[in-house]
Amino acid sequence: MATLRTLEKPSAVVADVPVTRPRTGFRKYWHLYAAISPFYLLFLCFGLIPVGFSLYLSFHRWDGLGPMEWAGLSQYQYLLSDSEFWSSIGTTIVIWALATFPMIFLAMVTAVMLNSAVRFKNLYRVAYFLPNVTSVVAIAIIFGSVFSTNFGLVNAFLQAIGFDQIAWLNTPWGIKIAIATLMTWQWTGYNAIIFLAGLQTVPSELYEAARMDGAGPVQTFFRITLPMMRPVLLFVLVVSTVTGLQSFSEPQVLLQNTSNDSTFSGGPGHAGRTMVLYFFQQTFDNNDFGYGAAVAWGIFLVVVLFSIINWRLVQRRGEE
Amino acid sequence: MASTQETRRTKRIDGSRRRGIGLHAALVVGVLLSAFPFYWAVIMSTHTSSEIFSYPPKLLPGTHFLENVRSLFDNIDFFGSMFNSLLVAGSVTFLVLFFDSLAAFVFAKFEFPGKRLLFVLLMFIFMVPAQLQAIPQFVIMAKLGWIGSMTALIVPAAANAFGIFWMRQYMKGAIHDELLDASRIDGANFLRQYWHVALPVVRPGLAFLGIFTFMGQWNDYAWPLIALTNPDNVTLQVALSQLNGTHGTTDYGMVMTGALLALVPLLIVFAIGARQMIGDLAKGAIK
Repeated sequence: MATLRTLEKPSAVVADVPVTRPRTGFRKYWHLYAAISPFYLLFLCFGLIPVGFSLYLSFHRWDGLGPMEWAGLSQYQYLLSDSEFWSSIGTTIVIWALATFPMIFLAMVTAVMLNSAVRFKNLYRVAYFLPNVTSVVAIAIIFGSVFSTNFGLVNAFLQAIGFDQIAWLNTPWGIKIAIATLMTWQWTGYNAIIFLAGLQTVPSELYEAARMDGAGPVQTFFRITLPMMRPVLLFVLVVSTVTGLQSFSEPQVLLQNTSNDSTFSGGPGHAGRTMVLYFFQQTFDNNDFGYGAAVAWGIFLVVVLFSIINWRLVQRRGEE
Repeated sequence: MASTQETRRTKRIDGSRRRGIGLHAALVVGVLLSAFPFYWAVIMSTHTSSEIFSYPPKLLPGTHFLENVRSLFDNIDFFGSMFNSLLVAGSVTFLVLFFDSLAAFVFAKFEFPGKRLLFVLLMFIFMVPAQLQAIPQFVIMAKLGWIGSMTALIVPAAANAFGIFWMRQYMKGAIHDELLDASRIDGANFLRQYWHVALPVVRPGLAFLGIFTFMGQWNDYAWPLIALTNPDNVTLQVALSQLNGTHGTTDYGMVMTGALLALVPLLIVFAIGARQMIGDLAKGAIK
């Protein structure tokens, strides 16, 4: 370690430390503020100002070209009574739940298995991470063909074992399951790697102690592994919530050709129209930028609310 | 680490060998499931579109790969847009690794007034949908004269909340306070602590963030689609998406070939970063 090269100095420095006058306020902390400032400066220029503008926009009617027209709270009033927005929230949450719970369960199981496997561990890690490397555009095209009604692999398999075909991309539940499967496939390995990182920070002495106390594998998992994994589980849950509730590319690319009216329609019966798809439809299909901004703020509120609920749930479980 | 692996290995040998085989069988099934869509993509890229949509589905590679490659190169400037993607993803990754790890180090290991508030703000920023910013951001970029240039893609992405959150969680566990205290006693200033103590310890975490950022930039297509107005000056994903839309009926064989070839640089970056990441994600500095 490079810092150890100056080994002769310490005694003098140690003597200095208590003597140094405590610097106050900004002078004492300026380097810390400087270190975090790039992010906040960038956020100010390309985050806060746009966000402020979109707030301003949400109180106006604007088609993107002509003059803006003050609309007061009417956009938000309409949003509250907009049954299509509410149903897009429902769709988003159903898809999120269908994808997230199997994903977290499978990822946890995979991580625990990887952690106890000695051979080929690195090879497995690479293989499991690969799905996350691919672009959503490519994945959606692949899954579109896998779930195709007449030529898809899933239906070919169902027929081979004696079941009927299912019009996956044409029925409300089929659409949701296809999108959720795609998301689960893409994110399980990623989360397994994150869980594995968390598992390896659990000190092995804890396991030794548990074994000495006669705890079985299941007890060990719930009493030691899970509580110790709390920060990692929290990370996975928050990221899954934030990204899952903002899913756009998956349904957009998967369903863009299945309906005639709009590429943002979310397929037949709008069964795959997530909140963000609805935002795009309102903003760019209807050229209603003001209402689009109001929808985006609605999405933001839903995401924050959901993240807080998840955060609380995980933290409380850890406190027991 | 080596010693714990040693004890685990001896335990395994005198433990049940059968459980080990069952474990690997389950893991291999997982690998096959992860890998299958890639295999399927290869299959599709070697067939014509009409072959792809025939029944029963083709399970073995066909003979039309080179034909698909040729029509791909005829339709888009593949290597030009690939260069643009490399430029954007490379610069963003470098900047994100530096700015995010620096900020995360501060949030993970130091106390200062306003820290809690700033971190809560960071988490809220993380939750703001990108769509909320897209329209105004375009207006700002237009005023700055950046629209159509790579600057519009690189600068706003140079630091992000996700990376700071991830590196903070990682650093909290990986950098031991004793190590920092020791370096302080050695007289290391803040930057030296960051560069010589924190960074070497969190290399696997950085590798992960680096791969993830590069991937995200490489695969992003909503913002580049809006910001890169000049059709001759686009990134690879935008070029690929142009293949998907404009021709009415999509040539799936060609699109899949493009998607597969677009994956090659990613796999190279992944192979380089994976060695770091896999080094040991949880390796601490105190042995």
